[in-house]
This record gives sequence, structure tokens and C-alpha cells, in this order.
Amino acid sequence: MQTTLSINGTEHRLDLDTRVTLLDALRDHLGLCGSKKGCDHGQCGACTVLVGGRRINACLTLAVMHDGDEITTVEGLAEGADGGLSPLQRAFITHDGFQCGYCTPGQLCSATGMLGELAEGWPSHASADLDGNYELSQEELSERMSGNICRCSCYPGINAAIRDAAGAEGRK
Amino acid sequence: MKDELSITGATGEALPHDSAIKHVTGKAEYTDDIREPAGTLHAYLGLSTIAHGKIEALDLSAVKTAPGVIDVIGPADVPADNDCSANGMHDEPIFAETVEFLGQPIFAVVAESRDQARRAAQLAEVKYTELPHATNVMAAREAGYPNVTSPLKLERGDITAMEAAPHRLKGTMVVGGQDHFYLEGQIALAVPGEDEDVVINTSTQHPSEVQHVVAHALGVPSHSVVVNVRRMGGGFGGKETQMNLFCCVAAIAAKKLNRPVKLRPDRDDDMTATGKRHDFVVEYEVGFDDEGRIVAVEGDYFARCGFCSDLSGPVTDRALFHADNAYFYPNVLLRSHPLKTNTVSNTAFRGFGGPQGLIAAERMVEEIAYYLKRDPLEIRKLNFYGGEGRDLTPYHQTVEDNILDRITDELAESASYKERREAVIAWNARGGVIRKGIALTPVKFGISFTATWFNQAGALIHIYADGSIHLNHGGTEMGQGLYTKVAQVVADALQVDAGLVKITKTTTEKVPNTSATAASSGSDLNGMAAKDACDQLIARLRAFAVEKYGIAPEDFRLYANRVHLGDTVVEWDAFIREAYMARVQLSAAGFYKTPKIHWDRESGKGRPFYYFAYGAALSEVSVDTLTGEYRVDRTDILHDVGRSLNPAIDKGQVEGAFIQGMGWLTTEELWWDDKGRLRTHAPSTYKIPLASDRPRVFNVALADWAENREPTIKRSKAVGEPPFMLAVSVLEALGMAVASVADYAECPRLDTPATPERVLMAVERLRGTR
Ligand code: FES
Ligand code: FES
Repeated sequence: MQTTLSINGTEHRLDLDTRVTLLDALRDHLGLCGSKKGCDHGQCGACTVLVGGRRINACLTLAVMHDGDEITTVEGLAEGADGGLSPLQRAFITHDGFQCGYCTPGQLCSATGMLGELAEGWPSHASADLDGNYELSQEELSERMSGNICRCSCYPGINAAIRDAAGAEGRK
Repeated sequence: MKDELSITGATGEALPHDSAIKHVTGKAEYTDDIREPAGTLHAYLGLSTIAHGKIEALDLSAVKTAPGVIDVIGPADVPADNDCSANGMHDEPIFAETVEFLGQPIFAVVAESRDQARRAAQLAEVKYTELPHATNVMAAREAGYPNVTSPLKLERGDITAMEAAPHRLKGTMVVGGQDHFYLEGQIALAVPGEDEDVVINTSTQHPSEVQHVVAHALGVPSHSVVVNVRRMGGGFGGKETQMNLFCCVAAIAAKKLNRPVKLRPDRDDDMTATGKRHDFVVEYEVGFDDEGRIVAVEGDYFARCGFCSDLSGPVTDRALFHADNAYFYPNVLLRSHPLKTNTVSNTAFRGFGGPQGLIAAERMVEEIAYYLKRDPLEIRKLNFYGGEGRDLTPYHQTVEDNILDRITDELAESASYKERREAVIAWNARGGVIRKGIALTPVKFGISFTATWFNQAGALIHIYADGSIHLNHGGTEMGQGLYTKVAQVVADALQVDAGLVKITKTTTEKVPNTSATAASSGSDLNGMAAKDACDQLIARLRAFAVEKYGIAPEDFRLYANRVHLGDTVVEWDAFIREAYMARVQLSAAGFYKTPKIHWDRESGKGRPFYYFAYGAALSEVSVDTLTGEYRVDRTDILHDVGRSLNPAIDKGQVEGAFIQGMGWLTTEELWWDDKGRLRTHAPSTYKIPLASDRPRVFNVALADWAENREPTIKRSKAVGEPPFMLAVSVLEALGMAVASVADYAECPRLDTPATPERVLMAVERLRGTR
């Protein structure tokens, strides 16, 4: 089936079997191997990408469902105006937000999406009320990032990096 | 005096991980990201569906005719030996003919795409004759199953002293296993070459062993097999031997079909078909005096080893080596029982049996403390190694470097242990539903491979004529920062910026006969080997400078990207160019072997460890006694890494190890059903710590005053494994909260993993409602 995916600002026309996941399309068909396959079941978050700014597990969605969608992968996070690293990427380096790095692309995409959700006033399980005004407390942050496993358990560094990039206080 | 100029990336500096930028931009290449050569085929394993039995008939006709299938390979396709055992015991077939666990590979299908191979593998028709199976320690003992390897006995003093001890307590502790869940699964890409050659790109902690095992299976000399590893997406011990099988299958198929073959199992199959941390049942008896001083300890350590030996021998040995943790046992008798079971063969996992031995020591301390109604920390301190005649381990090594008194005192002080323990007791005295617990537990961990010959390493350093440096060594990078640390050692020795040092993939072509990157020994061994290569290069450069510039040898000095030749200062690259023109050899192979160590397993005596690493943790928890749910409110850690090579990396290791240890002791539960099927084979059912599980307050400090007594690289200490066991503080804190419901009258005896369910059952047991 003919599908057009807009990935990191570039249009890609693909002829795909309807059963190909977005993750496999990225990795196997487009050679964009930044998004990782940790479980292929939507349970680890390593494959997280942004579709229209919303974070999703690329292993749990079919590529053909995203015809015409704007997709951002880890490779696209750095393509800011100056082509430099995004504040979040820089903060991951400063705060040692990784060891083996396998979860990092997913963590970065997920955190980018999460900060957007927060700004839009989405509540989480850790939110005390539903008034749409949420601070990025440790509790909120941990809860909102709990879909991304880091087996190296770099959570202290990841949390600090996200809070730093979001303008909340640093390592705690 | 500190000069104005210096290099970036010297040892002791918090230099970011060498791949930092690649990690955050998605450009770091793992095996699965390597662009597949044209014509690459994909293999998939066919796994057994019973736990024990004979294969009567294997009908693969539907597999062979499935779309895209090129070939099916089985035992008959193995050119030489159908065996991938790591230790030469010949007990681990690549393809099983007799099934010994559910999920054992029996054939592999090779197809044009991975998807086709996966689908085809499901189509096999297998007829089995089932045999009785035993999947856990208890069942194996009842069924009279053998050991998979020879057991170990450690003995010192006179165990009959137990009879005379003023108090004696006996108990049993069940210690759970753990799945590695390295985020990057097992993977091999084999590319055939001319003659008997094959190149394997993979994700193993032990490239030399893969090389050896593949050569053995193919019946070719080791020189025909090249194994490359740039980085792993986590290893934790799960890629020490477990990659052997995947590499063998890919290599056999690649040579047979003369096309590249890639093998990457699905996560569920990865969890089902690869080994895990050994779970243990420990039966102990401890004798002690009125003060709580231990008189004698007797222990039997039964381990679920799975169907073959793999690393179970050294793992169960290490359990005994840590059965004392930090405590002096005047009279002791310890026995290991590495039992065979019809489960996947268990393997290395961070700590390598040490945690399972250590935790039973802490249980014994708990028993004593509850019996005597004392603060467990007092009992701990009373029994620490040290003092007249109290420094000999059960394996007859003298503990010379104990710093636990200082570590525990400083931690107790800085984290207000006394006051907070009193507050916890006062809180619990109010009798509410939420109970609290607090515990401070120490770790002493022996560093070195107990297989003495593994304690060697090599490095290869080239300086190119433009002054840039190529660094290679036998260690592998799995996120622990080894590459960065060794590059820092080289930058420091040659006094150039770390950026000038190119870190290259680990490959059997450059450094031969390497040991696994394991036992926390990576930087100790490879750092020293790299240092040796640097020393050789410096000696040659000095000799050249003396000759050319007519200076005294001591007037030659490398410093801050420059070469000082008496009063003349030359830029590094210019000087290297001169050396090249003068035909100085600018390449060196370094080597290191750990001194002082020796071990005689027969007599149970020796000095298996070069030194010990120490640490302590203080954790406070809250438990809901109606549901068993809990949370860790605060953890404080003080850990010894000697003089840190890189404080940022070391701190990350301590934090990560602690949280992973917490997972082992709390939420990570492996569950096999009656048929021997692993039911927790994905993160949906197997609960790995998440961001929300880490302690609410988490203070981690390195003991900045510590240094290694032994002349290790820059007096640093190994860091990968020791902090894993700091998580025992969480278990004991949970135990205290549970014990409070019965006014601490009884030792809570929490087995692991202490899931909410198990905590609730312990609460009910202590309340007498169960
Ligand atoms: S690979 Fe998609 S969630 Fe794990
Ligand atoms: S850095 Fe290894 S899984 Fe997160």
C-alpha cells in the first residue's frame, strides 16, 4: 500500500505491507535506526516517537495508519534552527541520563511529548486535582515517564535532565 | 603546583560517556542497527514446548515450504560439535535432541525476512515422549536430581563450637532469581568470508569465548572466526555466555548457505530461552553469644542451576565467598549445592551469586537482632571483620582493607540513623495501618575472577603520524563507561586531550584471548593493560628525545598536549611527526595480570580476591499493612570506589545498581507453571523498576577519602557489582515495618522477592491471622 510519511520534516513515499509497524518502517525501510526495539509489545518505551507532537509507541501502530502524519524521531530532535542539540538532549548529557543508551531515544521523545502534555494541562495519575495546572514535581515526572523502562536504572539522571530542561530545579 | 594548562578528560574528571552525543541523537550504532549486507537472511529458533522428554518425531515439512523459507537447520547441520557450552563440559547442545527445559532450541529456520522466519518456526510438528520434570530446587531435591557441577565446601575453625554456643537459631531463606532484561536483546549477524572465515557482529560481554565456541562448532581454528562488539544495550551478565548459542546458529547458517545471516529472537523467546540469576534456598544455623557476637555458622546453599552447568560452578562458589558478607565467623562450614533442574540454565548476573550469599548473612544478623531485641546495626558492627584474630574469611583470605566501620559510622551520622530509627519506632507504636521500617546494611564484595587465569587483559595502542591515537582493548562496553575510563587512562598517561583518543570496537582481531567483561573487573584489567602500552610508547619516545635533543632522560616530559624537552617545548603532533620520520615504532601492545591472587578450590583456601570494595546504604520505607503495598521514602548511600576514575560514571553505576538490586528484591518475580513454562516472559508480567519506583529521596555519595590499598589503576576500585547489594537495606526496612505488627517479637523472615503479596502474607503470619 502506498503511504506517505513525513519524518523529521522530510517526506518519504513508501510501498508497505499493511501489517508493517511504524517502528519496522522506520528501522527496516528507511534506515532510521535511532528508534529502538526493546520489546515490540508496547511495554518498554524504547520505540517512542512523536506523531503530531504526541508520543506513541511505534511498535504498536501500523505505518499505513500514519499516511500524511508528521512524525518526529530522535534523529529529528536536534534539527532545531541551528541544527544543534535540543535543551533536553544537552541536559541528558550534563546529567548523565543514560548508561547503555538503548532507552535514550525513547526517553527523549517521550520526555518531549510529556512536557507538551503538561503544558496543555493533561492530568496524570499522580495529579492531586484536575485543574490543569501542574508543576513538574518528582512525583508527576516519575509517573508521567513510567512508560519508559531504563534497565540501567538511570532514573535519577533522566529525572534531573528533564527537570533541568523544563526549567524546574536540577538534580535532587 | 598546578600549571595553567591541562588536558581535558584526565582520570578523576567527570568526563561524559564517550558516546554521549551519539546516544542523544540516536546515532550510536548497536548490532541491530548495522546496515545489513545485501542478501542477508534471517534465522529464527524453534523452541521445545515441554520441560523434559525425548523428541520422537520432528516433522518440519510445513516449515520448509512456508513462504520465504530458504532452509531449516538442526543438529545434523552442525559441521563439528553440536555444543556451545562455555566451560568445555559438553553439556549444552546448540540444538537439543533430548529436551531438558521448556523453550530449548531444537532447530532454526532461515528465511528471506525475519517475519517469515518467525512465522515458519511455529509450523513444526513435534512428537515428544515426556519424562518427569523438576523445575525448582525443592522438586529437584525430592527427585534426587544431581548437581550440574562439583559443589564447594568452605570450612574454618571447628563447627562443633555450634553446640556450645549460648544461643542457636536455624532457618531457611528463599532468595529469588532475576531476568536481565537488557533492553537490547540477544543478537548475532554472521557474515561468511573466504576459506573457513566468518565475521560475527554481536552483543556479547565475551567476544573471545564466542570466537572459541563458534570455531569449535564449525570445526575450524579460532583464527578463522572474528567477533566484533562495538557496544551493548545492557548486559548485566546476561551476555557473558548466553550469546554463544545465537552466534553459533547464525554462523552455522551463514557458512552453510554462504550468505549473511542475522538472528534476533523476540523478547518473549529471549526471556524464555536464556538464563537468569540463580534463585537459592539457603538453610542456615547460627550460634551466638549474649551480646550477639557470632560463634559459628553452618549453611547449605541450594541453587536452581537449570539443565546444564554454564557458569553455575563459579556462581555458586561466589555465593559461598560472600556468605560472610562483612562479618567474621570464628567457626564456619558452608556447602554449595548446584542442582540440576528442568529449566533454562541460569547464568551470570551482576554480583554473580555474591548477592544471594550475602543476603543470607544479613538474614542471620536479623535473626540475632530480633532474638536479642537489639538494633540490627549494633549486631552488624559487633561482627565486622577487624580486631585481634578476627580478620580471616571462610576461604582463609585475610581481610586487610576493611573500612566499613568508618563508612557505616559516617553514613549513620550524615543520615541521622539513630534519630530516624527512634522516630520510626515511635510512629509504629501508634499502631496505624501504615507502618515504617528503617535499616542500614553494609556490603563487602571481593574483586577478581575466582578463575585466576581470567585476571589478564590486553590493549593495543597506535599513535598515527598526525598524533591521533587509536585505542583498543579486550573489554566490552555495555553502558558502564569502560571505554571512557580507559580512554581517560590513556589521555592521562600520554597527556593529550581525551578527544584525540579514538575508542574502537572490541574485536578478537586486535586483542586475543580476552576475558569476559565481568566481575566488575573491566577497568581494573583493561585500564592497566592500556597503561602498560602507554608506558612502552613513552619509553620509546623518551629514548628518541634523548638521542635527538641530547637531553637527560628526566628532562623529557609529556604535559598538556605538549612535549617538554628540557627548555624546548614542542607540540604533541609535531613531536610525533618527528618520531615517525626517525622511524620510532608508534604502536604498542600492553598486557596486565592481576598480582597476588591464587585459589585452591580443593582445599578451599587461598586469596581469590585482590581487594574488597565496600559500601553501605540506609533505607526507610512505608508499608500499607492492609494491602502489602509499600514505597521507599528515602535512601542514603555511601560507597567506596577507591579513588574514582570518573565520579560521574561511578555515581551512575551506584544509583543504577541500587535500583536494579531493589527490583531483584521487591518486584521482579519469575514464575514457572507446573508444566515448566515461564509465565513472566515480558515486562507486562515481569515487573522491572520504573522511574516511579526509585526512592523518593535518594542521596548517593562516593567515599571521597577512600583509596585502594593495592596499586590498581590510579588506586581506583571496581564499581559495577558491589552497589547492587546495597538494596538489601530496602528488604530489611520492609522486614522491620512488617515485624512492627507483632511488636518486633519475631524475626520477620521476609523471603525475596518481597512483592506486596509476600509482604502482606508476612504481616498476616506475624499477626497470627494466617
Ligand atoms: S519496543 Fe515498543 S514499547 Fe518496547
Ligand atoms: S541507559 Fe540502558 S536502558 Fe536506559
